[in-house]
Amino acid sequence: MWRTMDRDLLRGIAVMCASVGLIGVSYGATAVAAGLPIWLPVLTGFLVLAASSELLFVGVIAAGGDPFAGALAGLLVNARHIPYGLAVPDVIESGWRRIPSTHLLNDETVVLALSQDDLPRKRAAYWLCGLGIVAVWPLCALAGGLLGALVHNTDALGLDAMFPAVILALILPALRDRHTLRAALVGGAVAMAAFAFLPVGLPELLALVGVPFAGGLRHERSVA
Amino acid sequence: MSTLAIGTFAFRLVGPMLHARITFSSRAQRLLETSAVVLLAALVLLSGLTEGRSFADLARPLGVAAGGVLAWRKAPFLVVVLTAAAVAALVRLVR
Repeated sequence: MWRTMDRDLLRGIAVMCASVGLIGVSYGATAVAAGLPIWLPVLTGFLVLAASSELLFVGVIAAGGDPFAGALAGLLVNARHIPYGLAVPDVIESGWRRIPSTHLLNDETVVLALSQDDLPRKRAAYWLCGLGIVAVWPLCALAGGLLGALVHNTDALGLDAMFPAVILALILPALRDRHTLRAALVGGAVAMAAFAFLPVGLPELLALVGVPFAGGLRHERSVA
Repeated sequence: MSTLAIGTFAFRLVGPMLHARITFSSRAQRLLETSAVVLLAALVLLSGLTEGRSFADLARPLGVAAGGVLAWRKAPFLVVVLTAAAVAALVRLVR
């Protein structure tokens, strides 16, 4: 399996894991700074393994919100794993490997699997990146938690700016599409107008009113 | 936490299972993709500009914007992330 890997792919996976690790440090530090026990980001990191939803979840709890509201908001963000699974169904294996390979489905592994040409390479990239992330993410959350306990003001290191920048970098290619950009701008404006009045986690959901502004329906019909 | 963990695993399971049974129209697929991007864009704005129910300090949006510009110019992912943190930290140091 490892022979199918080339140098570029290995470097890509290493960079991805390093970035995820840095966000993990920021995640653990944020959670501990908010007064949460250190095991929470570590265990959640291992069991949920989806960064944006976990930061949202921890953010809601830290802001004094209901854990279930946090979990629901996180689940909504994670609903994108359904189209992910539809995009790369072949990488999910059968038998005992099915459960671990399903768990490793996330932003990074899907992007890497999609970038490979044939199935053995897709699977090799998916597994190596996935295993890297499942190790790096909780461990770095632990390191961040310890750092957060030592350095009380982790904001001084600018760690809080990392997560929005990462998500932005991940969605930028999609935002180059005019229709998607319009939907995102409308949704973002609605969320920003509402955040001061709604419980944490809800403004994100409210942003979905921007989706029809993509004009995908009319566009699609005019093509057909 | 277990709600989030179990629910997320279910989402991961659904895609490949559905794929074997039904085919999505390209319109539905597009709508799903757009929804995910809109959600994440709102997450960028909220986590980049706000803190709870008030606005974040100036340093965070400046850091995120610096990272965003680099990402737009197709800089490597790691450079984007580190620049965002460095700019935010520098702004806080100076102010």
